[in-house]
Amino acid sequence: MSNFAWMAWTWPTAIFFVALALTLLTMTWLAAACPEAERVGILRIPTTRGDRLFISLIAAAVIHLLWIGFVGVDPIATLPFGEEGYGISSLWLATAISFVTAVLIFRTV
Amino acid sequence: MDKTVNQKAWFLVLPVFLIVAFSAVLPLMTVVNYSFQDTFGNNQFFWNGVGWFKELLDPSTDLGSRFFASLWRNLFFSAVILAIEVPLGIIVALSMPREGWRVAACLVILALPLLIPWNVVGTIWQIFGRPDIGLLGYVLNSIGIDYNYVSNEFDAWATVIVMDVWHWTSLVALLCYAGLKSIPDAYYQAAQIDGASRWAVFTAIQLPKMHRVLLIAVLLRFMDSFMIYTEPFVVTGGGPGNSTTFVSIELVKIALGQFDLGKAAALSLVYNLIIIIVCWVFYTVMTNAGADRSRTEGAA
Repeated sequence: MSNFAWMAWTWPTAIFFVALALTLLTMTWLAAACPEAERVGILRIPTTRGDRLFISLIAAAVIHLLWIGFVGVDPIATLPFGEEGYGISSLWLATAISFVTAVLIFRTV
Repeated sequence: MDKTVNQKAWFLVLPVFLIVAFSAVLPLMTVVNYSFQDTFGNNQFFWNGVGWFKELLDPSTDLGSRFFASLWRNLFFSAVILAIEVPLGIIVALSMPREGWRVAACLVILALPLLIPWNVVGTIWQIFGRPDIGLLGYVLNSIGIDYNYVSNEFDAWATVIVMDVWHWTSLVALLCYAGLKSIPDAYYQAAQIDGASRWAVFTAIQLPKMHRVLLIAVLLRFMDSFMIYTEPFVVTGGGPGNSTTFVSIELVKIALGQFDLGKAAALSLVYNLIIIIVCWVFYTVMTNAGADRSRTEGAA
């Protein structure tokens, strides 16, 4: 593992990339298992599931950055773990908004 | 009869997967890892959460102010060079000969600046603009114009912009020329019969036919100028002060000058996101502009 020390892996980023890889694998499997035709939605461009996933991911990145820039990351609640408790960052709200946006994008775009 | 299933083609794609994994995916994942941590070297990293992103997106901090300043500077630079290179490229393409040996001569001359490596272009202009030994700098100063790109912000900007125009207008011109060449003679003959003016021929025939290549030219020139590093770095080094420090120069200063890997990683991810979004928008517009036209032509 010391050969990968320069990559500076952490659990949160590792979980993020594993989730991303699983999503891509699922989408690939889905594309092979039940192929779909392009459709034109509210953006008036033909999109496939892959396009909609791409737009959702980019939108999620933008939403998180805008949240950090305009709202900040102060804790909104504290869980009773450890001595001082475990603060839940308000950034999770941005994550929730991103999921809702992704659902909307998959249904309407 | 069952269709033969042959999965051998997957092995042919394998080398590309491996190369992309090592040249793009692993480095990108590393940048993401760095952007959430702080390091003091020796491969020791400390979790910093979204701290760097918070600093980056807050213009009141040092990192944020540098990021936004270089971002606006870079967008202004891209806007200026597009505003010059696109019309100039069209004019050059329109005035190029249509046939004969002069076509080949023009194409070779136009291609010359494109073949010169970025750092050599930078060096050429760095020497060309010097007031003591450079032809441009010496001539400008001898006719009474106080020109010095090392100490004057306006001169530095003018030099970097003129250098980019010199280097890349050819690309726009060549693309437009290719678009012009694809217009059949019948269009011009019809225009002649209708007694169309030169301007009408341009706006009704040539410009619409160049639409697609112009989109490609704008996309290429925007991306290239938004990611520009070598030429201004060689000529002005980002100066005087920070006046020509574009985003990529700022990024290298933070990453390799100060060795703030976390800050640099956060900046490069946001930079990357902007580039991906712009590319996607351009690509979508470009492919759909073509699709729309083929649909209308098919209907007609």
